[in-house]
Amino acid sequence: MKVAMRVNGEHRADEVESRLLLVQYLRDVLGLKATNIGCDTTSCGACTVLLDGESVKSCTVLAVQADGSAVVTAEGLRGDGDQMHPMQQAFNDHHGLQCGFCTPGMVMAAIGLVKESSDLDEEAVRHGLEGNLCRCTGYQNIVAAVLDAARRPGVTETS
Amino acid sequence: MIPAAFEYVRADSVDAAIAALTEHGDEAKLLAGGHSLLPLMKLRLAFPAVLVDIGRVSELNFVREEGDEIVVGALTRHSELARHDLVRQEAPLLARAASLIGDPQVRHRGTIGGSLAHGDPASDLPAVVLALGATLVAQGPDGRREIGADDMFQGFLETALDEDEMLTEIRLPRAAGRGWSYQKFTRRSQDWAIVAVAALIGDGGAPSVTLVNMGTKPMRARATEAALAAGSTAPEAAALAAQETEPPADLVASPEYRKHLATVLTRRALEEAASR
Repeated sequence: MKVAMRVNGEHRADEVESRLLLVQYLRDVLGLKATNIGCDTTSCGACTVLLDGESVKSCTVLAVQADGSAVVTAEGLRGDGDQMHPMQQAFNDHHGLQCGFCTPGMVMAAIGLVKESSDLDEEAVRHGLEGNLCRCTGYQNIVAAVLDAARRPGVTETS
Repeated sequence: MIPAAFEYVRADSVDAAIAALTEHGDEAKLLAGGHSLLPLMKLRLAFPAVLVDIGRVSELNFVREEGDEIVVGALTRHSELARHDLVRQEAPLLARAASLIGDPQVRHRGTIGGSLAHGDPASDLPAVVLALGATLVAQGPDGRREIGADDMFQGFLETALDEDEMLTEIRLPRAAGRGWSYQKFTRRSQDWAIVAVAALIGDGGAPSVTLVNMGTKPMRARATEAALAAGSTAPEAAALAAQETEPPADLVASPEYRKHLATVLTRRALEEAASR
């Protein structure tokens, strides 16, 4: 089955098996390994990417379902010039990670959340990240990072 | 985990989907958002030979008013139900329950039609459409038919849909003036309900109280409904909520605990509904 999609702004087209998951397409076919596979059961959110601007768990989407869509992974995040994307920078500033395994998915989910809600408070951020598990941080600094990032210019922009 | 191999068919219209179902019979499954089916396929608990992808059938993605009803297309996603002004106004019980399904990523993909056609007694929307007195519209090779929500859910993951039929519309009576509540009890926010209760009362309609995860299918708390209709207080009626139920035992709860939860959540639901 032929699939064609924009991944991080670049046009990609490949012949894939229909049972190939989007996360496997990203990692194994395109070599984009920022998107992690954690639980592989739609729970942990480590594989979160943006699909046509909305956060999804790419372990539970077939590559063929994403045909014709735009996908953004952590590799597609950029800030101005050499800068990190504002959401990444906020995670850095607030130390919103420890081991880092959940971070790419957490950052993508957070960007999706900020795109959907312009008026976030702490409770809304905590609910908005319910689909992403972090076993290190206790979430406190992640929530602080997202609340801070939500006010930064360019935070909803992705490739 | 990788699903077993299958033939992939993309349908761009209801007619094309029904033609594919007719051609492949019980070897085929419809794929909408895929958030019930794909996890089962990855665990190899389901291995359809043919997947008919209806994710792009845009004619089924709508919410509109038709006379006394709100009509929701089967492909409407949970995130859309939760934020849609018309749903929030006329079926706030549905909007609220949709906002509590899974997590944001799941709500971006999962659809109301997929959830109802899957018919999981632990998922939120089957019991909610039961409480709302919805009419479900199915389309098949012989045309369209209406299924009352009370007739839709027949057993564990069993619905009244024939294998060559698909759910196309959910028709909801307007409920803007009625008191409502959805009480969902989970240990982790993204989990299925251990037990949940939907209540819809007042404004001249018969009281409606339905239960999630209290048996092999979503069900009415009939003794509670009868007691309310006969004028019982909320605590009296709620105490009857677990009557004639046989809730499941699993890793998170015993049947006895579920029965206890059902009475507590029903009381909370009735009290909240009465305050609205």
